[in-house]
Amino acid sequence: MLQFLKDEGVEFLFGYPGGAVLHIYDAIYKQDDVKHILVRHEQGATHMADGYARATGKPGVVLVTSGPGATNAVTGIATAHMDSIPLVVITGQVPTHAIGMDAFQEVDCVGITRPCVKHNYLVKDVHDLAITLKKAFHVATSGRPGPVVIDIPKDVTHPDIKIPYEYPQEVRMRSYSPVQKGHTGQMKKALELILSAERPMIYTGGGVVLDDASEELRTFARSLGYPTTNTLMGLGAFPGTDSQFVGMLGMHGTYEANMAMHHCDVLIGIGARFDDRVVGDVKKFCPHAKIVHIDIDPSSISKTVKVDVPIVGPVGSVLREMNAMINATNRRPDAQALEAWWNRIREWQSIDCLRYEQSDTCIKPQFVLQKLYEITEGDAFITSDVGQHQMWAAQFYPFDKPRRWINSGGLGTMGFGLPAAMGVQFAYPDAKVACVTGEGSIVMCIQELSTAKQYGLPVKVVNLNNRYLGMVRQWQEFMYESRESHSYLDSLPDFAALAESFGHVGMTIESPGDVESALEEAFAMEDRLVFMDFITDPTENVFPMMMQGKGHHEMLLSEMCRDRELA
Amino acid sequence: MRHIISLLLENEPGALCRVANLFSARGFNIESLSVAATEDPSVSRMTLVTGGSDDVIEQITKQLNKLVDVVRLTDITESAHVEREMMLIKVRATGEGREEMKRVCDIFRGRILDVGETTYIIELIGDSAKIDAFIDTVDDRLILEVVRSGSMGIGRGDRMLRV
Repeated sequence: MLQFLKDEGVEFLFGYPGGAVLHIYDAIYKQDDVKHILVRHEQGATHMADGYARATGKPGVVLVTSGPGATNAVTGIATAHMDSIPLVVITGQVPTHAIGMDAFQEVDCVGITRPCVKHNYLVKDVHDLAITLKKAFHVATSGRPGPVVIDIPKDVTHPDIKIPYEYPQEVRMRSYSPVQKGHTGQMKKALELILSAERPMIYTGGGVVLDDASEELRTFARSLGYPTTNTLMGLGAFPGTDSQFVGMLGMHGTYEANMAMHHCDVLIGIGARFDDRVVGDVKKFCPHAKIVHIDIDPSSISKTVKVDVPIVGPVGSVLREMNAMINATNRRPDAQALEAWWNRIREWQSIDCLRYEQSDTCIKPQFVLQKLYEITEGDAFITSDVGQHQMWAAQFYPFDKPRRWINSGGLGTMGFGLPAAMGVQFAYPDAKVACVTGEGSIVMCIQELSTAKQYGLPVKVVNLNNRYLGMVRQWQEFMYESRESHSYLDSLPDFAALAESFGHVGMTIESPGDVESALEEAFAMEDRLVFMDFITDPTENVFPMMMQGKGHHEMLLSEMCRDRELA
Repeated sequence: MRHIISLLLENEPGALCRVANLFSARGFNIESLSVAATEDPSVSRMTLVTGGSDDVIEQITKQLNKLVDVVRLTDITESAHVEREMMLIKVRATGEGREEMKRVCDIFRGRILDVGETTYIIELIGDSAKIDAFIDTVDDRLILEVVRSGSMGIGRGDRMLRV
């Protein structure tokens, strides 16, 4: 197995030992090619591998033991599955003769993970091991990527079994053949529609990031001059500071992006899956638009929203072909209509929907993120956990490059941010990596601070500590008459002291005047993990917001923007 | 509408589970499901009867196609096809009813496989509608056990589902 991983080019193995994988760990001990990273909890291993995969585009590889090792990994596997991240997760299993006997540390791992993997395998014969590993890497990384689990009973890895090994160069699977190329006829039809648009909108998602198609997207959007929005998963695929970029769309997207969605007449969806947080009320979605949808997964097409021109294929190759078609034709979009459309969008932009009220006494979370952007010159890898801080990071840190924004968009897994940041830092030891988190999320995987110490990872933790599960509290304020049922977090630890006890640098920042200097100081410590605990305004809400059951044109704006809208 | 979907699956452990899982996880209906190996022992053939709007059926076929163990599938209800289901039904057959039961069985071209003192076991083959009709015809109080195979189907003429 180790020889295979080496031949497959695997750099890191994120894992945690236990009975069923001891033979494998003995083999790890005897080699230096694949670096094993000892985590503190199996969930941390999967998120670390996931962060590594999202930042590099290479598959993340995990090794855990049977039973609780496997079940602890499930959250991370499901996280990767929802966001289509290539992972290969190797789980130990009790020996084949003990399977089904309720043996010590036995769970039906293949059964438990079946609904949250792209595919999984149980290897019962050592002769199948190399080819199954090869298949797992192939399935995980091709087509629409995703996690693959390989469950290996302990007797299959017994050192007494000696069989000849040869790296399988190729793999052929008659039941699995992802689409390699889009349908040219459909592309022509799509282009016809795209060029006839008067109020066009380009809406792109994580698929553009996963297929490394940012370059193609830029060429496509710029040659047309159309407004472009990204989903939460797609941020960075189109430069966040580009004049054609109108911000993120969806529940906490910008006013202008959502208004443009509502009023557009042609919508071009690229590598996005029309998720409920993006679409809002399906019945009110893009009521005037003909929809083109490019996606590698046929089942994503017309799943939630009926589309007019579907193109099934890898977004990169489809966009390359369509860019060539645009080059070859003299037809150009109606300049006058487009100018009028942009004027409307600029009007919506002038609302300045992300404005917030600055304070001299209380740290505003948005302000911390703006400063983080300035100090890292917009060029850091930012991971996040889940909640208000995640939305603010997405709103206030424009990403110009893909694979820089790393968050659990689909599953919304609290605890993701820290281990994911560590995975990124393993891949890019010299890069600036910050984990934007909150006091609720960070404790869900805080044990990984210990792993970070062991491997000397200089991650910067930006903890926006408002003493509340902020997003829960916000919903309770809006929808449950402010009954704050179990959203206040009592008895929080002293995070700075906690970080220090793990051997890191801890800071507590309570005044807006100290935010910039704290960040500067932290990023100056290039070889230390710094945990910055920012005590922020507990009442701040994320705006604008598209409430459940509402359409893109019915966003709730912050009070100050509401005034402006009326004026 | 009712659809019959035929699938060729890798004959791997867990392949059936993956299909069943998909239906429960995504809230699709399964009316019946039957599966067995084919002339090629590495391939199983499954016949799945399901219902729903065109959009739902489209999602079902796309999601099934996405399963790595699914080699090929087709919705055989899209064109001419043959459908058969087998039922074994145990019925109470006493007194005057005994003769009447035999008559109903003959009308439906069923066969009596077992003659008990007070019971018959009847074998009936046909499409699901015919089997439903037989059950409707027989007095509920006389039905003791019903075993249905679930539908099997195959496209007519040159339409083939092969690896």
